[in-house]
Amino acid sequence: MDYFSTIILVLDSTVRLSVPLLFASLAGLYSERSGVFDIGLEGKMLAGAFAGGAAAAVVGSAWIGLAAAVAISIFFALVHGFASITHRGNQIVSGVAINFIAAGSTIILGQAWFRQGGRTPALPSDGSRFTEIKLPFADTVRDVPVFGPIYSELISGHSILVYLAFLTVPFTWWVLFRTRFGLRLRAVGENPAAVDTAGISVTWLRYRAVILAGVLCGFAGAYLSVAQNAGFVKDMTAGKGFIALAALIFAKWRPVNVMLACLLFGFLDAVAIRFSGIRIPAVGEVPPQFMQALPYILTVVLLAGFIGKAIPPKAGGQPYVKER
Amino acid sequence: MAKPYAKLPGWVDYGLIPLVNLAVAFAVSGLVVLLVGENPLRAAVLMVEGAFSTGDGIGYTLFYATNFIFTGLCVAVAFHCGLFNIGGEGQAYVGGLGVAIGALTFGAALPWWINLPIATLLAAAMGALWALIPAYLQAKRGSHIVITTIMFNFIAASLMVWLLVGMLKPAGLMAPETRRFADGAVLPRLDWLIEMFGFTIRSAPFNITFLLALASAYGVWVLIWRTRLGYEIRTMGFSPTAAKYAGINQTRIIVITMMISGALAGMMALNPVMGAQNRLQLDFVTGAGFVGIAVALMGRSHPAGIIPAAILFGMLYQGGAEIAFEMPAISRDMIVIIQGLVILFAGALEHMFRPAISAFFGRIATSEMKAAPATTGETH
Amino acid sequence: MAEYAIELEGINKSFGPVRANRDIELRVERGTIHGIIGENGAGKSTLMSILYGFYQADSGKIKVNGETVTINTPNHAIDLGIGMVHQHFMLVENFTVLENVMLGAEGAQLLRGGISHARGELERLEHEYSLDVDPDGIIQELPVGLQQRVEILKALYRGAEILILDEPTGVLTPAEADHLFRILKQLKEQGKTIVLITHKLREIMAVTDNVSVMRQGTMVATRRTADTSVEELAELMVGRRVLLRVEKGEPTVGETKLRVESLTVKDSRGVTMVDNVSLDVRAGEIVGIAGVAGNGQSHLIEAITGIRRAQTGRVLLDGEPIGVTGEADPNLLRHRGLAHVPEDRHHMGLVLAFEENENAILGYHDDDKYLSGPMLNIAAIRADAEKKITKYDIRPPNPRLKTANFSGGNQQKIVLAREMERDPIVLIVGQPTRGVDVGAIEFIHKRIIEMRDQGKAVLLVSVELDEIRSLSDRILVMFAGRIVGERTPDATEGELGLLMAGVEGDKAEAAE
Repeated sequence: MDYFSTIILVLDSTVRLSVPLLFASLAGLYSERSGVFDIGLEGKMLAGAFAGGAAAAVVGSAWIGLAAAVAISIFFALVHGFASITHRGNQIVSGVAINFIAAGSTIILGQAWFRQGGRTPALPSDGSRFTEIKLPFADTVRDVPVFGPIYSELISGHSILVYLAFLTVPFTWWVLFRTRFGLRLRAVGENPAAVDTAGISVTWLRYRAVILAGVLCGFAGAYLSVAQNAGFVKDMTAGKGFIALAALIFAKWRPVNVMLACLLFGFLDAVAIRFSGIRIPAVGEVPPQFMQALPYILTVVLLAGFIGKAIPPKAGGQPYVKER
Repeated sequence: MAKPYAKLPGWVDYGLIPLVNLAVAFAVSGLVVLLVGENPLRAAVLMVEGAFSTGDGIGYTLFYATNFIFTGLCVAVAFHCGLFNIGGEGQAYVGGLGVAIGALTFGAALPWWINLPIATLLAAAMGALWALIPAYLQAKRGSHIVITTIMFNFIAASLMVWLLVGMLKPAGLMAPETRRFADGAVLPRLDWLIEMFGFTIRSAPFNITFLLALASAYGVWVLIWRTRLGYEIRTMGFSPTAAKYAGINQTRIIVITMMISGALAGMMALNPVMGAQNRLQLDFVTGAGFVGIAVALMGRSHPAGIIPAAILFGMLYQGGAEIAFEMPAISRDMIVIIQGLVILFAGALEHMFRPAISAFFGRIATSEMKAAPATTGETH
Repeated sequence: MAEYAIELEGINKSFGPVRANRDIELRVERGTIHGIIGENGAGKSTLMSILYGFYQADSGKIKVNGETVTINTPNHAIDLGIGMVHQHFMLVENFTVLENVMLGAEGAQLLRGGISHARGELERLEHEYSLDVDPDGIIQELPVGLQQRVEILKALYRGAEILILDEPTGVLTPAEADHLFRILKQLKEQGKTIVLITHKLREIMAVTDNVSVMRQGTMVATRRTADTSVEELAELMVGRRVLLRVEKGEPTVGETKLRVESLTVKDSRGVTMVDNVSLDVRAGEIVGIAGVAGNGQSHLIEAITGIRRAQTGRVLLDGEPIGVTGEADPNLLRHRGLAHVPEDRHHMGLVLAFEENENAILGYHDDDKYLSGPMLNIAAIRADAEKKITKYDIRPPNPRLKTANFSGGNQQKIVLAREMERDPIVLIVGQPTRGVDVGAIEFIHKRIIEMRDQGKAVLLVSVELDEIRSLSDRILVMFAGRIVGERTPDATEGELGLLMAGVEGDKAEAAE
């Protein structure tokens, strides 16, 4: 077997599999840095995937699909904001609620509207789906040893959303550490009272963070149904929102670490798919279920404090109430 | 100083506000029904008819309610300790493994009334075990239990798939499930209970686990409000620093509470596995662990609230299946939406209507106080 | 320009049924330091929060520099040149000084320009008012005094002309407080107007030009500081003569019941909070520990009572070691005769969501008296609570009422009744009268002295020097985690104050 091309293949699918994690994880980063815990990433992503698949199928435009995905995801983000910011409800409970509402309504509406067992109609590659982009010279350099396959197979040939996902990482870093909004966002997640007394609205700041989370979850969902796959399938997120959450914790709420964590979890997934049933010398056959569970196991190990300590934003999870 | 906030009468706090929240949740669900082009009122009528008009309807309603009583109690017990156990789903799933081990081992040799306690113990033990690691990590290392229990749900799912496609599957069988239990591991039905009310029951697997669920609910009430352990759990839940001051061992209480919580979830497995399917199958929990969150929130973590809430969800589950015959656009997944909405309105938005209701009762209370000056609240 | 920087007319504010401010009238002259004094809960902080736009008054008028204004948010206040230094610092702990100063006044959308501008401006302010702080220091690594300077710098950076300080000295040593007062005087000379909220008479006399007194939500008087006296202010504050001395006889001292030997306690960050402390408390005496809050008193109590692990040292209860560095357990200690009225009754001494009778057994809930097997003996618990309610005159006398619905004084009585009625050998009392109304203070002081007269060994910790002086038979002063001196109750306030400020014992004597 050609090891090199196998590695390229695995890395290529690592990139593809880590994209939805990356979008969702960065979504969580904005929200949680502002002090609003978000375990509703899964639900927002799922609702986004459904809306994206449905709109792209009906209108025939991938971009409209993306817009629909973002819109519905923002709607759910606003529900989360309404419950946890305006009404100071329990953020965990609100996130759980959103996950269920999304899970149920995508199935009910999908069946009612399209009658394909919860699927949306398959998207043809005529503009109603984000297709692969071939970067310049991808064909020319294909035969150059080592660099050629890396460039033409691994770097070139992804949909626009993939490149966007990886560009969101430095962009998020820049927003967080180089802009006024970022400074305030980080402050409100640590000590909202300090932000409030500085004359900044805690509510509006947190709403903006939550809306950003909605936007990015919409991208994650659209990627699943309009780019990676040709349409929505019921329960297509299959726990990716929770893996994204795990990646966020794993990354200690830092943008570049988030990317690395998502790539790691994407890699585990890629390996599980690629090597399922293959025997590894001395270890024996690694069950695919073990590989699937590995991100969750790793996160638990991390949370247990055996590999560094994950300290969440100090005001995270607590609704802000002015002190008397 | 006077009392800081106007206190609402108990029936408002525990009756009216949850009902208002529930009504709003249903109203929004009605909108979803409208959205798929059906009449929500007719859907509601069909649902209630499907759940309560026949013996089998009632049997199924109570069969599902049994699951939800267990998982609702599971979430509620953890709530009292200030812990949010989202891991009921996984704990119940692994509990099924305990049931299967007991039933497969002793099913042929022993009668049901010995097999039931054995399976109960094993199910509870497995559920407790699955809650133990998150509990220990929360107590000792401060790992957020919400996240760890979510992770353990996924780990449980992988583990069970691995076991059911592997060592638990008898040779020659295609489906990922165990062999059928012997007759000694099949729980008796409670058909007589339904027949007492003049209904007949044919297929509904309404079984003795229901009584066990009711007994567990009573047990949880005693535990929380009448035992020393319950006192310690509540102290811990309301104020960890007060618990420390009182010399309550926090690690011990967190671990014990979570193990009780996990055990209750694990016991849920008895109902479908030994009471209905008579074998261990993939995904037999079907979200009951999560329904428990809605049930506990709606029942305000009190067994007297959890039982009716569980029956309500049992009705939704059974009625939802019945509607699907008449209204193909609506399937049982409708319950997932309703469950989400109940969690939203009775949980995350529980205080949304409170100010308005408080203001209303505050006005009444003030006028009463003027009539008869209260002697309470005055300092020395 | 108008003569008054601030005028408040007819301000009212209620929180639910509680009227925090009623018909408040206040005028603050420009360029003066104006003190507002009152007991805890008199409504001072609420009033200032209204002025700063943190709350909105239910009715009333606010004038700033003679013009009627509406202040709906802190932003309005900042625009009007009002700055506030809060009692609990409003700082982001993992941010730098510079980031904290900038927050909310960054200039542009991008930080780059703002940072260099802020750095320059900060240096100018630090220089002008001699407020030295490292702009790149992380807040959580700075001592409290410096954190407070950052708060002042924040206000000045925003161009504050009127500066409100809410209980600024609560966390400071007397030396740090004096430094603060020098800064305030300097600010006044530069033309700033300062409003100083405090409940300490000494500060009012030391630094203010005018003083207004608040009591139970109303403004009872305004005086020129030069024309009034401590006695008059105290009377206005409390509404009647303050009981400065508690009636008590000579102690009948027995043998040592509590012995602390070389105790060292570190906090979770590894900072030494209690440093090699040794002390004895004998039967029949009250030993008071004086000190500014945060000098290790809380850690000392928590270590002795088994709530917190000590690093080194020994504690003997009635001659027996209690294992403070290892297996000490608050529960076991309680049963061995160590009763503890904690400093923080809301979070530690009580579970506010519990019924009164449930709190009456907190910590003793494993006593056979209240149990039958693993079950609680509800009848016994409630009967016991009724008895204590009668004996301690807890109102309302309803053992089934939620504890949160009792007043501060009655909540404290619930704790006292629980701890005192167990006939302990040693009683440890932290801040017995914090947030407690005057009438209850008298009752609580009498009960503590009764405990002494019954032969209990009492260790009292309080940041109220008056309380320490009127109750204690011996006074130990704690500073920076160490016991820096022992005095008799007739030691002067000045002498104790010097010790509390960290001036060594012999120097303090020499200074007298």
